[in-house]
Amino acid sequence: MTGALWQLFFEGLWITIQLMVYSAALAAAVAFGIGLARTSRFWIVRFLSGVYVEFFRGTSALVLMFWLFFALPLLGWQLVGIWAGTLALGLSYGAYGSEVVRGALQSVAPAQQEAAIALSFTPWQRLRKVLLPQAVPEMMPPFNNLLIELLKGTALASLLSIGELTFQAKLARLSTGESAQIYGIILVLYFAVAFVLTRIMRVLERRAKASVGRAVPKGEGWFSRKLPVEKQGPEALATGGKP
Amino acid sequence: MPEILKGLWITIQATIYGSLVSFALGLVWAVALRSRSRWVTWPVSIFVEFIRNTPLLVQLFFLFFVLPGWGLAFSPLTTGVIGLGLHYSTYTSEVYRAGIDGVPPGQWEAATALSLPRRRTWTAVILPQAFRRVVPALGNYVIAMFKDTPLLAGITVADMLFQANSISATTFDYLEPITIVGILFVVISYPTSLLLRALERRLVR
Repeated sequence: MTGALWQLFFEGLWITIQLMVYSAALAAAVAFGIGLARTSRFWIVRFLSGVYVEFFRGTSALVLMFWLFFALPLLGWQLVGIWAGTLALGLSYGAYGSEVVRGALQSVAPAQQEAAIALSFTPWQRLRKVLLPQAVPEMMPPFNNLLIELLKGTALASLLSIGELTFQAKLARLSTGESAQIYGIILVLYFAVAFVLTRIMRVLERRAKASVGRAVPKGEGWFSRKLPVEKQGPEALATGGKP
Repeated sequence: MPEILKGLWITIQATIYGSLVSFALGLVWAVALRSRSRWVTWPVSIFVEFIRNTPLLVQLFFLFFVLPGWGLAFSPLTTGVIGLGLHYSTYTSEVYRAGIDGVPPGQWEAATALSLPRRRTWTAVILPQAFRRVVPALGNYVIAMFKDTPLLAGITVADMLFQANSISATTFDYLEPITIVGILFVVISYPTSLLLRALERRLVR
């Protein structure tokens, strides 16, 4: 392995991280927006957001990416590769995330809502001061899983010739022919990023839980993945990794 | 359209075989992780976490380019099935683990009290009870795998996405083939997930 190859990898890694951060930001916005819409009072809002979730959960992220990159220009919007990738990842993982948000909001005790109404909070205050502070800590472990899924999803962008880590690996392979070594290194790099992400999310989870006076369960291993068997609805599945 | 349907057949084949591989391997990991020996649990858990936290696409490339160098030359579809099965086995193992944990501890104790050998305990007591709980969750991963089959186009498997791309390359129509493929995925996976939810209500009470 030469210095030039390492430089190629780190450039790729940088693009991968950018792609992940942008997609995660979009996915978070979509997740909260759609997740809140799923708990709306108006049936039409619930219905439309439900259609969104089922559609984007139902199709393949890679096909969506290809569609945005190749088909959308024919309808009049040309997207730069990295934005097609970001949009596809953000929209599809946002749909998975919205189920997490919905599940967490619905897991807050109904009495909390009633108490807030009794204190004549406005709906906005109810959400901001009562619901979200209690729901957000619940969302952290499944969000961690989704973030790792999203990181893995960024590799799909290599098929659009975006120069992220996997694409750079392909270039390196074509120039040196050392497939095993190159792909081995790339896998380890992805694994390292996933590990760091998990650590960061654990810290965030601990803080969120501390702010509502709860402790984090100990002994969760290196990566948090839990799949409660008792309630395997869609929201519970999101905690098991891929929904 | 006939080409896309041909691709759909390949996609479905990859999903079915990949699922079978993942069901079998996942069970191996799950049982291995319950072993009493650290020499078994450590390597398996490191391997499983490694596979689960790295991209499937890169794993597919690894298998596709590296296996022939080790003297294992498979067809692209076989390579894809191995890759899908291996990747998803790390998820199904989690499903089995949860299912096994859901079996009341009294069952283990009863098996010990009857002095059943460990293997009989697994096959006659634990797994049959865990089975009912895991079926719907396994089904969800089959759907997830189905939606990941387009990745096989990256290793020259002639699945739906591959077919759509080759149609586009000859006709310069990029809109229609890929739209059809995207919609086909929804049309197949959504009803399946509805069926699964119904099945879940019947199986897991």
